[in-house]
Amino acid sequence: MVDASPPSPALALPAYAQSLGITVDRLDSDRPVLTVEFGSNVEGRPGAFHGGATAGLLEAAGYAALRTKLLAEGRDPVLKPINITVQYLSAGKPKTTYAMARITRLGRRNANLSVEAWQDNRDRPIASAVMNILMA
Amino acid sequence: MSDTPASQSATPPTSKPLPPFDASQAGKFFFKRGHPGWLGMRYHDHGDNWVELELPWREDLLGDPRSNVLASGPIISLMDMASGMSIWQATTEFTPVVTLDLRVDCQRPARERGNVFGRVECYQTTRSAAFVRGVAHDGNIDDPVAHVAGVFMKITSDPRQKEVKNG
Repeated sequence: MVDASPPSPALALPAYAQSLGITVDRLDSDRPVLTVEFGSNVEGRPGAFHGGATAGLLEAAGYAALRTKLLAEGRDPVLKPINITVQYLSAGKPKTTYAMARITRLGRRNANLSVEAWQDNRDRPIASAVMNILMA
Repeated sequence: MSDTPASQSATPPTSKPLPPFDASQAGKFFFKRGHPGWLGMRYHDHGDNWVELELPWREDLLGDPRSNVLASGPIISLMDMASGMSIWQATTEFTPVVTLDLRVDCQRPARERGNVFGRVECYQTTRSAAFVRGVAHDGNIDDPVAHVAGVFMKITSDPRQKEVKNG
């Protein structure tokens, strides 16, 4: 919305992310912002995001950010999850939700990322995550 | 904050109490709708303080196009759902809960084209919090796919809960 750069065509989201309805909304300083609309497939308690769907968006944003960075460096390894810790900060309301990751450290074999998801206000995240990803 | 006891009150209620939470029955309506329904989750087994759910393999839930392994996202959903149900099973009450913190450590990929099971136990509850831990596996619980640990908060401020409790 702020930055109108088109998403990188090289960035294909995994089947699970596509199936859930997650898309790349835009790039913000070369970092992909992912988005998902509210719908019954992401609903937990009536009228709220399911914690698992929110985690799925956070995780997809993490992989998208890492994949984007690696492709820019000419690397294309298989990415494997090591762990993810999700913090739920407030209920996910029935609204469009966004997520973007920051690569805290990119090593040769593993990467550490922090991810935030938000709805109306970028400064009031509804959930955050820390992820470690193995690059095989 | 919380005034709802975690277990049945010793004082006989004036009206008929709700039956205790039963994961095998609750699954029938939990998995018909919403995110768990979309994923195709189903009830598998339960004990006094644990619940095991099953997530069937499906091609559109894959994480990496180079392998036929379920993505970790649906497994987090499975463990989150089993966590909530283990809390209700342990406390016998269907008190709404929200996830505060959920950690998933991935030991290995699930088997190709294999279903994943998520068994979570609620090992401790306080007036407002519930603590869970669990294992995701693909048939043999001694050979885990992932371990999880989580903390949930009970939501007891909703006045409708009292109305429901007292019939």
